[in-house]
Amino acid sequence: MTRTRQTTPARPADPAAQRVTQARVVRSEWTKLRTVPSTAWSLLATVGLIVGVGGLYSLLRVTRPPTDPAAVASFDPTAVSLTGVQLAELAVGILGVLLMAGEYATGTIRISFAAVPRRLPVLWGKAVVVGLATLVLCLPAALAAFLVGQSVLSAKHLDIALGDPGVARAVVGSALYLSAVGLLGLGLGALLRSTAGAVAGLFGVLFAPQLLTGLLPGAWSDHIYPYLPVPAGVAVTAVQPDPASLGPWSGFALFCLYVGIVLAAAAWRLGCRDA
Amino acid sequence: MIEAHGLTKRYGDKLAVDGLSFTVRPGVVTGFLGPNGAGKSTTMRMILGLDAPTGGSVTVNGRPYREHAAPLHEVGALLDARAVHPGRSAYSHLLALAQTCGIRRSRVDEVVEAVGLGGTARRRAGGFSLGMGQRLGIAAALLGDPRTVILDEPVNGLDTEGIRWIRSLLRGLAAEGRTVFVSSHLMSEMALTAQHLIVIGRGRLIADTGMEEFIAGAAPSLVRVRSTDPAALAALLRSRDVTVSGADDGALAVSGVSTDQVGRIAGAAGITLLELTAQQASLEEAFMDLTRDAVEFRAPTTGGGQP
Repeated sequence: MTRTRQTTPARPADPAAQRVTQARVVRSEWTKLRTVPSTAWSLLATVGLIVGVGGLYSLLRVTRPPTDPAAVASFDPTAVSLTGVQLAELAVGILGVLLMAGEYATGTIRISFAAVPRRLPVLWGKAVVVGLATLVLCLPAALAAFLVGQSVLSAKHLDIALGDPGVARAVVGSALYLSAVGLLGLGLGALLRSTAGAVAGLFGVLFAPQLLTGLLPGAWSDHIYPYLPVPAGVAVTAVQPDPASLGPWSGFALFCLYVGIVLAAAAWRLGCRDA
Repeated sequence: MIEAHGLTKRYGDKLAVDGLSFTVRPGVVTGFLGPNGAGKSTTMRMILGLDAPTGGSVTVNGRPYREHAAPLHEVGALLDARAVHPGRSAYSHLLALAQTCGIRRSRVDEVVEAVGLGGTARRRAGGFSLGMGQRLGIAAALLGDPRTVILDEPVNGLDTEGIRWIRSLLRGLAAEGRTVFVSSHLMSEMALTAQHLIVIGRGRLIADTGMEEFIAGAAPSLVRVRSTDPAALAALLRSRDVTVSGADDGALAVSGVSTDQVGRIAGAAGITLLELTAQQASLEEAFMDLTRDAVEFRAPTTGGGQP
């Protein structure tokens, strides 16, 4: 253990070569993401929930197929095969939370901010990494869930094709929605700095508004409901649009706006608070 | 080079750092001493731009830390040896840090070897001892080959071999012309490592001096003398306006006179000396004297506790 010296041969000819850049920080954040077991488990759980729950629910529906004409007409085979997205959003959101709040919990945030004193590149680097990682994993997962689900449903001729109107958009939209939920978790983690607080905040944003508007008089809640985060965000994942909800892309854009507000608040707080 | 001017940090109604001004020069190891809660870590966080000062300013190598484009090349810091994700390996921890400013992988291997973590770098840091955490933290501090090194309590948790290693490492870094700023509450350790001292208590500067001046100035040195006739020798010394007090074993503790003078006086009077030693006040004692009024936390002194 007594290899003492030999610590200083690497001074580069040009110190500017050691400049911090956004691209380098993205690379560093990617290393952080892939070298911790908990993120691998979150991503594995996400894929497992999308494909597994979608396949199981399809099996369940095929054993009890809709019989009366109204039920047949409203049966949405895409939605059935993508049921898992509603559970996977929790796994993805918690991944986002862990990525940022985990640094506060372990104290590594000070190391990160000492290495990147301007701080914001750390947040944007994590956002790029969590956004891309979830998108790249969730897109094939959603496609796989769709294909598995349809092959199950085809036993009772309940299936639908990827080329049918709105179907491909719903599959891609599911992956985009999950990616945005990951960014929401990241923003909440940076804003609240504690894992428990940010997970509670995530559940609050995803579920509380619907529960609270349910307490309002019917006319009011019908009016507000489409603009709540989750109802707006999941519009893009539905083939048969709910007439009361926003259009697929305008709904998703509104959800992205909410995520953007959380990230902007996190960025503002990051810049002015002691680490 | 670290320069602080009137550096102040207030948390609520508590003043953690109070108008601190000092300069840490390159080429020597500067010890940053103070009792627990004196404001050492807060000062270091402000140097690194992690905490914003309430008042005053601090620069590293001529600029506020946040304005450095290549921060790891300017300053390498160890703030907390426990600040590692327990699920990540030491190597991955260092690699992620290196990538923020384009430091090569081979440099990561170099610092891992240099701090003696070669065999364990691929294992999860969650299983590391505090001493291994310190070595990892020092590896991180050396990664960018920085001009200034800032270490907060680096010897905590290290074994004897590790402490000796740190000592020679810090001296070596200073000898290469780097600025080395090391905090500690272990005075005895600083006595062996630091050439310059900055002492704070309750957030205020108490001393900013060289190590030798610090010890000499804080407590007078004593001469211990044991002889065949202590009473006669004491009388002789007292007549010269020297303070003499007796020790348990018949020896005298004399202050205000050198060993040479005591020897000559005894010789002239025909008293045989059995022992004649100059006793330097230890850094520990000097520090206790200086910070007696500035200790934040103190155990009650009943039951024979240390004052």
